Amino acid sequence: MHHLVIDRWSRGSSSLHQRDPRAKLAALLVFLIALSTTPPAAQGAFAAYAVLLILAANRAQLPILGLAGRAALILPFSATFALLTWWSGDSLRALALAEKSFLSGVAALLLVGTTPLTGWTAALESWRVPRMLILVIQFVYRYLFVVAEQAQRMRWAAVCRGSQRESKTGGFRLAAGLVGVLFARSWQRADGIYHAMLSRGFRGRFVPAAPAPFRASDALFFSACLAGCLAIRILL
Amino acid sequence: MPGHPHTIVSRAIHIRGLRYQYPDGTQALNGIDFHLETGESVALFGANGSGKTTFVLHLNGLLRGEGSIEICGMPLGDATLEQIRSKVGVVFQDSDEQLFMPTVLEDVAFGPLNLGLSPNDALTRARTVLKRVGMAHALERAPYHLSAGEKKRVAIAGVLAMDPEILVLDEPTTFLDPPTRRDLLTLLRSLPQAKVVVTHDANLARALTTRAVFFDQGRIAGEGDVIELIQRFHWEYS
Repeated sequence: MHHLVIDRWSRGSSSLHQRDPRAKLAALLVFLIALSTTPPAAQGAFAAYAVLLILAANRAQLPILGLAGRAALILPFSATFALLTWWSGDSLRALALAEKSFLSGVAALLLVGTTPLTGWTAALESWRVPRMLILVIQFVYRYLFVVAEQAQRMRWAAVCRGSQRESKTGGFRLAAGLVGVLFARSWQRADGIYHAMLSRGFRGRFVPAAPAPFRASDALFFSACLAGCLAIRILL
Repeated sequence: MPGHPHTIVSRAIHIRGLRYQYPDGTQALNGIDFHLETGESVALFGANGSGKTTFVLHLNGLLRGEGSIEICGMPLGDATLEQIRSKVGVVFQDSDEQLFMPTVLEDVAFGPLNLGLSPNDALTRARTVLKRVGMAHALERAPYHLSAGEKKRVAIAGVLAMDPEILVLDEPTTFLDPPTRRDLLTLLRSLPQAKVVVTHDANLARALTTRAVFFDQGRIAGEGDVIELIQRFHWEYS
């Protein structure tokens, strides 16, 4: 499961993992602003952004292909808009749209792949992002695992009872039934998890176990990212 | 002397006339009177759907029915809810519902951090209880990769880390193989807290508790010595 892999990545010990989540979040924001404002014709800049991300992934000891593969999951969505743009005759803008969404995905994955969930959500909290939004992020992330596990068990149960032999119509009917039951079961499971959290004193906020001070090296890291993004954005 | 204030204060749990109806109209609890003395261990027997789990969810205010509930002398209400949740540690039947943090250490530290302990103190306490339950080797492991027995131990550690006075164990031996059950029993017997154990396992009840309560259709149908109750309600198969 993707988020299990990302959870594992985020427990690394590289210099990028050790940077303060606030510095990494700020760097991501700068990167995304620079990327989104880069004109479609500046193809050299996109290549430079990609090199920047590869260097960062290398520094974080994360598999570049693994990152790219997961970031590519965003492409079917952006490709729809890219195709529409291409059909309207602006192929360069269509290409830039796909590039921007892919590179944004890689950059966001780099953040969550080098920072545990509690770290980057604590960083969001320190930026005064509404707590409700942060809670939604935290619960969605946790419950993804719950839902995926439930789905896998139900699929196995269906396979054990010969679901592969179903016709296409029967297959759709089965899938629709599974989705309905999956929703109900996930709801029950999520309710159980919430009860367990309340039992252990949860009061609407995940308290980070190890809040680290913002160090000079974190400031230096952010400055380097800012300089790199600005240089690419202005010079290329 | 029954009803004397000293007697009530020394009780870990004191419940009178507890009733609860689910939103679909099911009357799950129908006038439960229950008490647990400090340090005592009691088993809750009863068929599936007899109201045992609904009952234990009332002990730390996860469900709120009609009637009066006192925990360690404190009436359960909005003002005392946080304090009562730190005194009543609930170990749920399905450990997967209880383990939701990315690593074992963070999961066990979750409760102490919510109690307001500093991160250092919370992590120290988490390490101590993990050592106590024999899981010191798994601090950085993801909880969902552990075996069923290990998950149960970590779930118990997560509750013990809050230093509760009462442990509520909902079917603690479900999904466990016999050797793991034996290890778990040894661990539970070593814990000094008062215990409420929801179980179908007569052996566990005999080994861990001195008194039993039998639930039937949301009422208490019988109460007394564990062995006597097992025989009276034929609560064992061979």
